[in-house]
Amino acid sequence: MKPLPDAESLCAGLVAELRPLIGPNTAMIGLYTGGVWLAERLHAELALAQPLGTMDIAFYRDDYNKQGLARDPKRTRIPFTVGGRDLLLVDDVLYTGRTVRAAMNELFDYGRPASISLVVLADRGGRELPICAQHCGAKVDVPADMRLRLRRGDDGKLRLELERAE
Amino acid sequence: MQSNPQLNANGELRHLLSIEGLPREVLLGILDTAASFVGVTEREVKKVPILRGKSVFNLFFEPSTRTRTTFEIAAKRLSADVINLNIAASSQTKGESLLDTVANLSAMQADVFVVRHASSGAPFLIAQHVKAHEHVINAGDGRHAHPTQGLLDLYTIRHYKRDFSRLTVAVVGDVLHSRVARSLIHGLTTLSTPEVRVIGPKTLLPTGVESLGVRVFHDMREGLRGADVVVMLRLQSERMRGALLPSAQEFFKHYGLTAEKLALARPDAIVMHPGPMNRGVEIDSSVADGPHSVILPQVTFGIAVRMAVMSMVAGTS
Repeated sequence: MKPLPDAESLCAGLVAELRPLIGPNTAMIGLYTGGVWLAERLHAELALAQPLGTMDIAFYRDDYNKQGLARDPKRTRIPFTVGGRDLLLVDDVLYTGRTVRAAMNELFDYGRPASISLVVLADRGGRELPICAQHCGAKVDVPADMRLRLRRGDDGKLRLELERAE
Repeated sequence: MQSNPQLNANGELRHLLSIEGLPREVLLGILDTAASFVGVTEREVKKVPILRGKSVFNLFFEPSTRTRTTFEIAAKRLSADVINLNIAASSQTKGESLLDTVANLSAMQADVFVVRHASSGAPFLIAQHVKAHEHVINAGDGRHAHPTQGLLDLYTIRHYKRDFSRLTVAVVGDVLHSRVARSLIHGLTTLSTPEVRVIGPKTLLPTGVESLGVRVFHDMREGLRGADVVVMLRLQSERMRGALLPSAQEFFKHYGLTAEKLALARPDAIVMHPGPMNRGVEIDSSVADGPHSVILPQVTFGIAVRMAVMSMVAGTS
């Protein structure tokens, strides 16, 4: 199997790709946990005018009846008006698309954004919903029984890791 | 390990019957989850879809407006369907047994029963008989427990004081009749609060209350000294049988919270009350409406705490 791409370079690539698209009306929301780490980096480098939003989609998941409530859900904080905004929704890995579906539903309970674009570090395929990323660092082939996730080291550096899915 | 009727095999909350016996991690898990729901209650759309399609039955065998309403709001904000049954005025008066009432409601596809009953242990009895997918939340049983009130009190203390490990908490008044006090004391000790005090006349403190791990004071001034949190209890005159007290005025003189007595507590002390308040009996208006009072935030947090409990139990198999 090919080695995993370097998360730091992918992050730098996304910054370069997004920079020309940032306007005064742009705001960013990171999805817990990996998406928030990536969004913190992108948000700082792109110097967005609006403060960063963070979202935990625990109350919008579609597997509640099977899995129950996620342990220790984080509080969603959106410190700007969503209505009329051009939103960049940031997650670490795009897989089935179910997290993004849940995030969009939650977002619309805050208002009606002008647009939402999806930014991900890695797309591992395996979509179960008609969702795609407008900005994607890399496409990565991952065996179905493995999980691709972002890690943040003590030095703040990001890296992609494979682990066995539960 | 002894099996806990409130937890499933994985240690997750299946019913909420009492704070007593809940492990520390479960207690903290509820408070953390409630913090996320506080965010939902501050939005324009104060609703999440998580309990869509589920039915919550509020079974109130004893009258209550406030608790029933906050459970109703909490369930609605989780998108559940809510059915309120004021049973004091219905089938029970026609002679139906508690378990027959529940069996009938179960046949109507209930998911969560929120139960208030004048008899201690009634929610336990129901929990022993419900189906695997049904869940019971105790909304107050006799003098025994009122776990969601205890949890919202803990949430409020944590919100203002952050950490329990250095706190002195004083619980004042009619501890004898108070299920609120009992639930809160169990929660505080589970979360390692170093000093929990109860303050009241001998006639309104249960015998052997020290065994709960509290210090007993009969002199309110002495008991309030250095307290970080003062929890006033309602004088439950409707529960009083026989003359435990000379008069409400006499009670206020000795155990009513006034600004002058509150000055003995820490300068940043918070004052709590489970409501409904008897102004001029256990608390002076100037304190109830004063800068130390967090009585109304308690009500707001109570909704988030009940949302957390309902969404945790209803998703547990």
